[in-house]
Amino acid sequence: MDIIKFLDEFTSESLTRKASSRREMLGSLGNLGKKAAMVAVPFGLASTSGKAFAQSSGNDAIGALQLALTLEYLEAEFYIKALDSGVLPSGGRAEAVYNQISKHESAHVTFLQTGLGDNSVDSPQFDFTAGGAFDPFNPNNDMAYAQLLALAQAFEDTGVRAYKGQATNLMGTDFLTPALQIHSVEARHASEIRRLRADVLNENTNENALGWINLNNRGPGMPEATQAVYDGEENVVQGGVNLVDATGFSAEAVSQSYDEPISGEVAQQIAGLFIVNNDG
Amino acid sequence: MEKPRIRVSAVNAKPLKNSNSRRKFLKMGGLAMAGSGLLLYGCSDDDDMPDPNPPGEVFDLGSGDVGILNYAYALEQLEAAFYTKVLDGSYWAGANPEEKMILEDLYDHEVIHREFFKAAINANAEASQVLPELEFDFSGVNFADRDSVLTTARVLEDTGVAAYNGAGRLLQTPDFLVIAGKIVSVEARHAAAIRSIYLDDDTAFAGDDVIDSNGLDLAKDPQTILGEVGATGFVVTPFTADNLPQ
Repeated sequence: MDIIKFLDEFTSESLTRKASSRREMLGSLGNLGKKAAMVAVPFGLASTSGKAFAQSSGNDAIGALQLALTLEYLEAEFYIKALDSGVLPSGGRAEAVYNQISKHESAHVTFLQTGLGDNSVDSPQFDFTAGGAFDPFNPNNDMAYAQLLALAQAFEDTGVRAYKGQATNLMGTDFLTPALQIHSVEARHASEIRRLRADVLNENTNENALGWINLNNRGPGMPEATQAVYDGEENVVQGGVNLVDATGFSAEAVSQSYDEPISGEVAQQIAGLFIVNNDG
Repeated sequence: MEKPRIRVSAVNAKPLKNSNSRRKFLKMGGLAMAGSGLLLYGCSDDDDMPDPNPPGEVFDLGSGDVGILNYAYALEQLEAAFYTKVLDGSYWAGANPEEKMILEDLYDHEVIHREFFKAAINANAEASQVLPELEFDFSGVNFADRDSVLTTARVLEDTGVAAYNGAGRLLQTPDFLVIAGKIVSVEARHAAAIRSIYLDDDTAFAGDDVIDSNGLDLAKDPQTILGEVGATGFVVTPFTADNLPQ
């Protein structure tokens, strides 16, 4: 199996073709908001799926935790299905890594359900093919392993950005510290998945694959469809100070040093791609 | 309410919640601890709050958000100083390309964090309230030895994660919380990478020694962190943390 060749195909033409029907749909939607237009196809296509998130209005903390729970449902189910699929090489590093992450994501689901109590939300129904763009759990799909790795990285990096974006909504509540504790676990996962992918690709010394996000690079072999997860990570201004000017370090180094948040809206758009919209 | 100021050294360091991590810290500091580790901290509540840093006295991190920023600045100074030594050492010079790149990036990131806090505190406080440049003693680390370097790196990165996670709730300014969040996830990425390249266990990047059964990472309050850091003996310049929010 030539994984690099698969990933090359995965990165470019085949995925673009598969996404074409969605792209036509995007065109037919006409004037999307500026935010929606900024995110790439197909990881930003779910602009209509906000309904899948039963967020209560008027309480930012509860809404933040409900968003977090939905993202954890997504991750937990993804890793369980990945481990059941037979796609991961048996007994290797990938399986051990996925087992460990799966354990954490399932624990996060239980933790957030318990914390939310009566305000808990049910799991949406997920479609990890994203409407046919991926086929990650199919052992007969030669690209399935690459897709499992790519989706895992995209989900983890989305999780890191989403929790970060919700932190201020949790200020003054007992949930801030546990949310930060989950946030850094997601970052550990994201680092490891990026490095695991690099290892599979023999790209261990690729500057875009060392565990942190270099500018807005999604990393070698990541499908262009995941770019929305990384847009904005190239930021070099912190606290109003351009740190390239202030420190003399490169934009690459500065951007790597800080992970950027995303809004709840963008997080929903990304996750929404994998949510079946029952009333759609 | 007035409590005595406590002077902490390696000999009477506050007991750690996690005895395992204490062992690792002691091991990390090696024998160099005796006589160093002149880190002071305590919890005195002075009612009439005089200038926390009169000239000639031991620096106090201060109160409120500035105190927490100084606390983070101290930790970033420590990390940056450590990786500066790593890049001057013979282990790094002869390391495999992947480890070399990772450690060089960690040096860049920690120096950038350090310089950020220096600028941020200067922008938010009087010059007398900005933590001075600290002096460090890494004689307990063998920079020619992979085990010594990577063990220390692992402890420092895990400590950084625990420190930011524990300090987030002490911040009052939303913008500072967001910036702390931007940094802590990078520290967590570092911790995972160092653990992954150094430890044999494929699950070490987020191992059961740091992630609990709820899937939660480490979070420790400043006093605990400063006690652990003091126990390493790395910090030569004394300072106190008597007025940090709790």
